[in-house]
Amino acid sequence: MRRFLAARSTGFSLRGRLVWQFVALSLVLVVALFFAVRLAAERASRASQDAVLGAAVIAVADAIRPVDDGLAFDLPYAAFSMLGAMGNERIFYSLSIGPRHVSGYEDLPPPPVPAEALSPVFYSADYGVNRLRLASVTRRVLLEDSLREVTVVLGQTRYGQALIARDTARIAAWVGMGFLLLAVPMALLAARAVIGPVDLLAEAVTRRGPQDLRPVRHPAPRELLPLVGALNGFIARLRGALQMAETFIFEAAHRIRTPLSLVRTEAEIALAETSDEATRIRLRRMLRAIGESSRSASQILDHATVLYRSEQFEPEPVDLAALAAGVLRALEPVAEMREIAFVASGLDQPVRVQGDGRMLEVALRNILDNALKYSHDEGRIFVALRRQDGRTELTVEDEGRGLSPDDGDLSGRFRRGSNVGEIVGSGLGLTIIEEAATAHGGSFSLKPRAEKGACAILSLPSSPSPSA
Amino acid sequence: MRFLLVEDSDDLAAAVVSRLALDGHGVDRAATLLEARDFLDSAPYDLILLDISLPDGDGRDFLARERQARRDTPVIMMTASASLSDRVSTLDRGADDYITKPFDFAELLARCRAVLRRHAGAADSRQHFKGFTFDALAATLTIGDETRELRARELRLLEILLSRPGQTYSKSHLIDRLFSFDEEVSDNAIEVYVGRLRRKLDGSGARLETLRGVGYRLIPE
Repeated sequence: MRRFLAARSTGFSLRGRLVWQFVALSLVLVVALFFAVRLAAERASRASQDAVLGAAVIAVADAIRPVDDGLAFDLPYAAFSMLGAMGNERIFYSLSIGPRHVSGYEDLPPPPVPAEALSPVFYSADYGVNRLRLASVTRRVLLEDSLREVTVVLGQTRYGQALIARDTARIAAWVGMGFLLLAVPMALLAARAVIGPVDLLAEAVTRRGPQDLRPVRHPAPRELLPLVGALNGFIARLRGALQMAETFIFEAAHRIRTPLSLVRTEAEIALAETSDEATRIRLRRMLRAIGESSRSASQILDHATVLYRSEQFEPEPVDLAALAAGVLRALEPVAEMREIAFVASGLDQPVRVQGDGRMLEVALRNILDNALKYSHDEGRIFVALRRQDGRTELTVEDEGRGLSPDDGDLSGRFRRGSNVGEIVGSGLGLTIIEEAATAHGGSFSLKPRAEKGACAILSLPSSPSPSA
Repeated sequence: MRFLLVEDSDDLAAAVVSRLALDGHGVDRAATLLEARDFLDSAPYDLILLDISLPDGDGRDFLARERQARRDTPVIMMTASASLSDRVSTLDRGADDYITKPFDFAELLARCRAVLRRHAGAADSRQHFKGFTFDALAATLTIGDETRELRARELRLLEILLSRPGQTYSKSHLIDRLFSFDEEVSDNAIEVYVGRLRRKLDGSGARLETLRGVGYRLIPE
C-alpha cells in the first residue's frame, strides 16, 4: 500500500538554503571587515605620519631666520631622520621666496591652496616615479625691509606605510578566512537546530499508520504551528468525511438488506413451487445474485469496521485462541451444511496478543469464510494456532482448488483469483484481512499448499508495538 | 420444529412463514414484542426468531428480559445491519446465535439445529416412520436396536422426504434444497447422497425409490 504521495519538490532544500545563506552572509561580512580594517589602518598610519611630516616642515620653516644679508637656513636633520624612521623613504624639499625658487628641488608640486597661518597644508602628488605626501608651510619674513612670503615644501615617499598597510591587510585577510572557515560548521549547526523540529515533525507524521487519523500532537515550534493546525484541520475534515461514509455504509446496507431478504425468500418459495425448468434456472440465477450482493454488503461493512477501528487503534490483551474458537463455532453450521470439517489445534490454551479483538474477529471470520468458500464438499479445513520466534501464527489450510500459479498477489481490492469459477465473492475479503493484519503490525499471506488447496497464514507479533 | 417469528415487516414475515412451512415447520408470527410475549405465554416453542428493531422496542432488550426471567427458549437474532457491535451485543445478551438478512434458509435451519443440539432435551425432534426413528437433532436413524449416524446432507435429504412421505421430488428440486445456490452442482451430485441414504435405510421398512426421469420418493417397503 502506498503510504503517502510524494509532494512536488520545489527543487531546493530548506537546510541547504539556510547553510548557503549563512555562509554567503559571513563572506560579505568578512570582505567588509577586511576593507574596513585596511581603511582604518591606512588612515591611522597616514594621520600619524602626517603629524611627523607637519612637525618636520614646521621645524624647517622655523629654522629660517633673517640675517643681515638675507636669509639663513639650516636643514634640521633630526626632523628628517624622524621622517625616515618608517623605512627607507626619500625626502624632497624646496624653499621659495614669493614665486622665486631658492633652494631644494625646484619642481616639487606646489600646494593646491597657499598655506595660511601657522598650520601646514597636506597633499599628495606624483613627482617623477614617486608618489609623494607633501606638507607645505608659509612664513612671512622681513627681508630687505619688506615682508616676504617664504614657502617651505617637504615631500616624503610612503613606501613604509604601504608596507605596513599590506601587512595589516594580510592579517585582516587571514582573520577573515578564519571566520569564514568557522562560519561553515556554525551554519551547519544553526541549520540543524532550525530544521531539527521540522524533521522531527515530518518523521512523526510519516511514522503513522496508513489509517491513523488522530490529530498531530507532536510538539512543534511556534512558526510551524499554523502548518500543524492546518494539517489537523485537514485530518479532522477527513475523519468527518470517513465517519459520514461509514454511517452511510451501515445505513445503506441496512436499507438494502430488508427488501433483499424478502426477494430472496420469495424466490426460494417460487423455486420450490414451480416445476418449469426455464423458470427454475432464472430463479437460481436470481438467488445467486442476491447471495452475491448480500455477501458484498457484509464485506463492505467489515471493511468499514476495520478501517474505523484501525483508525482508533487501542490495543489490549486478546485471547486469540478463544477468539478463533468462537469464530469456528459460529461458522460450524455453515461448514456442516457442506459436510466440511474443521480440524483445530492449539485453540485449547489461551494465546494472548496485543490487539483489537473485534478487528481480529473480522479478520479470522474472513479467513475462514474464504477457506470455506473455496473448499470442496466433505473436505477438511485445518486451523492451527502456534507461537513461533516471537510471533503468533494462525494457519488455515484447506483442501480446495487452491490458487492458480499466475494469480500472484490476490489481495488487491476486488481482485479475485482466475480459477474461482462460479463461487460467489467480491474479493474484498483478502483486503480486509490484510488491513487488519497491518494495523496490528502483522502480516497475511495466502499461498498454494504442496498437496492441494491453499494455506493462509496470519502472523502477528506476540507483543506487538502499536503500529501508530 | 415449532418457531415463533418476531418480525414487523408483514411481507417478509409471510414469506418466511411459507418458506419454513415448505420444510414442514410450524411458525407463529408476532409483529411486536407485546404480541411475542402473548404467544410465548400461551404455547411452548422450540425456537424464537427475533428481529432487532421492532415497533415497540429493541429485540435485544426483550431478549435480556426473557433471560432475566429465566425463560430460556433458544433465540436466534435476525438483523439487517450486520455490524459487528450488533452481533457482539446480541450474543452478550443471551442470544444463541445470530443471522444476517437476507439469509439462506438452509443455513438458518442448520443454525437452528446447532442451537437446539446445544439445548439438549429442549425439543423432541424424533420422527417415526415405518420401522425406523429419525432424530434430526442427534442426526441419527434408529432401526430396532441399531443406531446409524447420518451426515448433514443425508439428514437434510431424509428430512425433506419425510416431510411428505410418498411425494415425488425431482432431482433439481432436491438439489435446490440440499445445496447452496452459490455452488455449482451437477445433476448427478444428488445421486451420491441418495445412494448413501438408501444404504442407511436398509432394513428400515422404508425404501427410497428412484422414478427414472422423474425423481425420488420415500415409500413403505
